[in-house]
Amino acid sequence: MFSSITRRGILAIYAVIIIVPLTVVGFGSFKSTQELFEGPFSLPQSLSPANYAEVIGGQDLGSSFMNSVIVTAISVPLTLFLASLAGYAVSRLRGFMSWGIFGFLVLGMAIPAQANMVPLYVLFGRLGLLDSLTGLVVANVVSSLPIAVFILGGFMRTLPKELFEASSIDGTGPWRTYVSIALPLSAPSVAAAAIFLFVIHWNELLYPLLFIQSPSHRTLPLALLSFQGEFQTNYPLLFAGVILASLPVVVAYVFLQRYFVAGITAGASKG
Amino acid sequence: MSIHPGTAAKTSALDSRPGAPDPKARRRSPTRVNPALYLFPLPAVAITAFFLVMPTLQAFQYAVTDWNGFSAAFNYVGMDNFIRAFTKDSLFTNALTNNLKFVLLVVVAQTVFSLLLALLLTKNSRGSILLRALFFFPTILSSVSVAFIWKFIYDPNFGLANSVLGAVGLESLQGSYLGNNVQALYWVAMTQVWFHAGQMMVVFIAGLQAIPRELYEAAEMDGAGKWQQFKSITWPFVAPATSIVVAYTTVQSFKAFDLILGIAGNPPKASLDILSTRIYSTFANSEFGYAAAQSIIFMAMIALVTWLQRRLLRLTPKGE
Repeated sequence: MFSSITRRGILAIYAVIIIVPLTVVGFGSFKSTQELFEGPFSLPQSLSPANYAEVIGGQDLGSSFMNSVIVTAISVPLTLFLASLAGYAVSRLRGFMSWGIFGFLVLGMAIPAQANMVPLYVLFGRLGLLDSLTGLVVANVVSSLPIAVFILGGFMRTLPKELFEASSIDGTGPWRTYVSIALPLSAPSVAAAAIFLFVIHWNELLYPLLFIQSPSHRTLPLALLSFQGEFQTNYPLLFAGVILASLPVVVAYVFLQRYFVAGITAGASKG
Repeated sequence: MSIHPGTAAKTSALDSRPGAPDPKARRRSPTRVNPALYLFPLPAVAITAFFLVMPTLQAFQYAVTDWNGFSAAFNYVGMDNFIRAFTKDSLFTNALTNNLKFVLLVVVAQTVFSLLLALLLTKNSRGSILLRALFFFPTILSSVSVAFIWKFIYDPNFGLANSVLGAVGLESLQGSYLGNNVQALYWVAMTQVWFHAGQMMVVFIAGLQAIPRELYEAAEMDGAGKWQQFKSITWPFVAPATSIVVAYTTVQSFKAFDLILGIAGNPPKASLDILSTRIYSTFANSEFGYAAAQSIIFMAMIALVTWLQRRLLRLTPKGE
């Protein structure tokens, strides 16, 4: 439908629109404000880590980074565990119990997080979960369970039932079957779901914004957001923050790209 | 390193219900379900009921009160909060209008643009695979990061957009972007498309690659032009992907909360206020009852727009 020149032209222009801003941010994170404004596209004069030192030490982005690591490292496996247990049961049960449980768990995909934030805040207040990393883990797990059950339950259901039946004739209990048959066979969808959860939990902003008050409990996205007010146009500092906040996800993307696309696209078919 | 939309299609083809009665299985002597199996979904069901279903139902309860979130006393105000939102609160109606405009802009632009990218990159050549990986990349960044990148692009004094325009002698096109209250929402919509078009492109590529090649060969033999082929083969065949993209983009742009806060600050100025940021501001203002009512309107809007789209998409011919 497009001539080869038009095709190449469009692709090249869009590639530039993606690459240039990212490069400017990467270079800019090593520049002074003046250097950035005078030559946004030029290579930085030195690879001075001053901006990084400032955001990590001075602005305490280091501790926000650790908070993000802790929250993500707990909420991703926990969500996967609960969702795969439920998905496994759904794939083995029959009739009403199966689709009833699946439907109930997946229903949450239709509820946007912003819709129940007021009652959730009140509930968290009563349970003493406000301003704590535990609270963030709970919120992450709850909000992403529906999509995780959707991905994992949907996949497990496609596994041949005979495998499970054979093992139950052997007298193997459901827990062993889950651990040694269902989970290993679902590895591709577990990986896809894990990546999807990693990205959304790592980047989560709403819950920290709602629940966290103490600066020492901030996660990265929240700490970055607070920069926005403090540093207005000190872009080099903002950029150093952006690079730090994105680094883990970018590194993972480079090595696990296949799963990223599968996971994030599986997430996209919700809605 | 490669992008395999096929894998995506496989993991996402989950539309039929699990455990629907399989007549063959029933006729066979049914394997007894181990009762322990009922314990497996229990934790997930319990926390979903407690932290998701219950709060959502409570939102309806709060919505008819003037509770401020702290004092023990509050009054039932019936439908007052809803009436206030639509008739007395220009901040809310402004956010609602902005949000609908934003959703419409992003849905149209992102669907068209990601389909265009997918059409250009359908073939699995080395170059296509590389470009897909590049175009997908922004999706993995956090909204706040994307917001900061584009804040710099749009900065009226030092920003990239104005420097580039200045460098090529197009000073007349320089603007203040987000500073311009009429245009601000459009510029944020463009950022949102940059952010997620690559993700939707992958959904389209999966759809496009499933179209049998023979159809195009046959059409070519019949002398159909490229546009004709697009209209009568590609478009109808890619319709399921289109409805996924439209539905997802709708929900995504209704919830562009993080991007707006990152790019416009908290609270955002009126020209960039959308429903989710409005609800948050109302909540931060300790008007819990009113914020809950706004949340319900928000949910209803998403449901309404999604329903309308399904109707509209069903009206478009799916091809013969």
